[in-house]
Amino acid sequence: MASDLMPGLLESGDPARSSGYSGPPPRMGFFTDTSVCIGCKACEVACKEWNHVPEDGLNFTGMSYDNTGGLGADTWRHVAFIEQRVVPAGGSAARAGVRWLMSSDVCKHCTHAACLDVCPTGSLFRTEFGTVVVQEDICNGCGYCIPACPYGVIDQRKGDGRAWKCTLCYDRLSVGVEPACAKTCPTDSIQFGPLDELRERAQRRVTQLHEAGVTDARLYGEDPSDGVGGGGAFFLLLDEPEVYGLPPDPVVTTRDLPAMYRAVAAAAAALASAVALAFLGAGR
Amino acid sequence: MSGVTRQGVQGVRPGREAVSGVQMGAKKRPERRAGRRDGEQPVVGEATFQSYYGKPIINKPVWESPDIPGYLFLGGTAGASSVVAALAQVTGRPSLGRAAKVTSTVTAALSGFALVHDLGRPGRFLNMLRAFKPTSPMSMGSWLLGAYAPLSAAASFSALTGRLPRVGSAATAGAAALGPGVATYTAALISNTAVPAWHEGYRYMPFVFAASACSSAAGMGLVAARPAETGPVRVLGIGAAALEGLLMRRMRRSMGVAGEAFQESHEAHRFEIGAAALSVAGIALAALGRRSRVASAAGGASMVAGSALERFAIFEAGMASAENPRYTVVPQRTRLEQR
Repeated sequence: MASDLMPGLLESGDPARSSGYSGPPPRMGFFTDTSVCIGCKACEVACKEWNHVPEDGLNFTGMSYDNTGGLGADTWRHVAFIEQRVVPAGGSAARAGVRWLMSSDVCKHCTHAACLDVCPTGSLFRTEFGTVVVQEDICNGCGYCIPACPYGVIDQRKGDGRAWKCTLCYDRLSVGVEPACAKTCPTDSIQFGPLDELRERAQRRVTQLHEAGVTDARLYGEDPSDGVGGGGAFFLLLDEPEVYGLPPDPVVTTRDLPAMYRAVAAAAAALASAVALAFLGAGR
Repeated sequence: MSGVTRQGVQGVRPGREAVSGVQMGAKKRPERRAGRRDGEQPVVGEATFQSYYGKPIINKPVWESPDIPGYLFLGGTAGASSVVAALAQVTGRPSLGRAAKVTSTVTAALSGFALVHDLGRPGRFLNMLRAFKPTSPMSMGSWLLGAYAPLSAAASFSALTGRLPRVGSAATAGAAALGPGVATYTAALISNTAVPAWHEGYRYMPFVFAASACSSAAGMGLVAARPAETGPVRVLGIGAAALEGLLMRRMRRSMGVAGEAFQESHEAHRFEIGAAALSVAGIALAALGRRSRVASAAGGASMVAGSALERFAIFEAGMASAENPRYTVVPQRTRLEQR
């Protein structure tokens, strides 16, 4: 249905190959294991340093140790900080304590990337590593990618008008070194590598945590059958995704685009018929 | 330092396998509901949900009012006016034809202006024509508009000057063929986003836009054409204005939680009340003021204004639904639970 209207839309498998690369390198990505994140924000700093990302405001949010807030044009890694009141396993309510959850968020580099689909100029493109990158010299500042992203990743840089986001350090990948955030992460919470390997490693890690009694551990964004075809960057979380500011069941908006175009065609036909009927009915 | 090199992973840190949080997090306490930042009282029966300090999940569109809602309205008026123009010409209503052609050209030009204003500079519209990308309604719309606007202008030029009648007729027919698409593609444009109050309405949005476009085009006809020729647009305007309100209600109901953004956003709510009131006034004046030029023109103007406010209401509801994580989280959570 989708394929004859828009070739390439919602094809499964290797995004680099379906974007036309012949014999691409393995798809690369991030596995962010939040269970070992210590919230140091070294990833935020390294990202800014390497990519010359401008200052994103010296704000005091007053809500937690997170003064960055969320991903945006000038924040390509964002460390979420959550403080929860919890009851320890097997304990009574009187023993309620506090736990801290920390998680470094990043662009998911979706298999079915809405930002890339809706970009009218081709500024957003798929690299040979299967990642999604903005070519800033082509970006037209139309802003369509921004509300298209189901995760709220890409955003407009003020005073510039163009859209910016994580490139998964395309320049570094091209010369065979890992992205700045993964390189600097002191606990290897951010792990970089071929996506297949990361998925296997993540599965082992969840099993390990479950066996140790950390029943909250779950993977987020690793499933190729989810609404975005699986992320190139995925996570191990210790609570529901929405607690970290992540959508629980994101869907690429272009999945419904063929249906939208059909509705537009029907409505356009209805418009023409309605006007014609009005003229027919009115006589002179 | 660990690193992934071409020779594989090197220097893996021992902390990677640390088992943390064993004692914690088995049961979370039922917590305060996140999501309300402003201390507003929750609506009764509202689904509970969690969020990250009430911060939005998606990034809000950077599109601004009045540029973008104005663009939606102007494009709709232009597109439907071109259809009216062609039929007026075919049925021998020169005054109505002229009025509709000029309306379509002026609104198309204004919509282009709104678009360029939003993009920042005129050259950026031309950049839109560097690619032809069916997965982007904005790309499709740019091509559509690029073909449509010159046709509409040629039709107006011929109608106003009386020159090149054949070219004028061909341009009129061409603009009428593209007009319905110009009026409705913008529904796919805004629905093809993660904005809940836009995306969830994608089945009805093009029909709401079509009705709204007919209503404003007919309204302009009532305002500008000779009364003797306004029979068809009177019928069209009354029907379309009535249908617009019904379709809007239908759309909101079909959207589930996202539909509530039309109530929650004060701007959207106010715009919608205004749109409904103006539509009713337009219908009444057009139906009862048949013999009065002034009443008919006032009715037409009401329809135009009502149609415009409808687009502003949709725009503001979308913005409100993007700002509140509830509209993103609750439907997705419900979907997961039903799976």
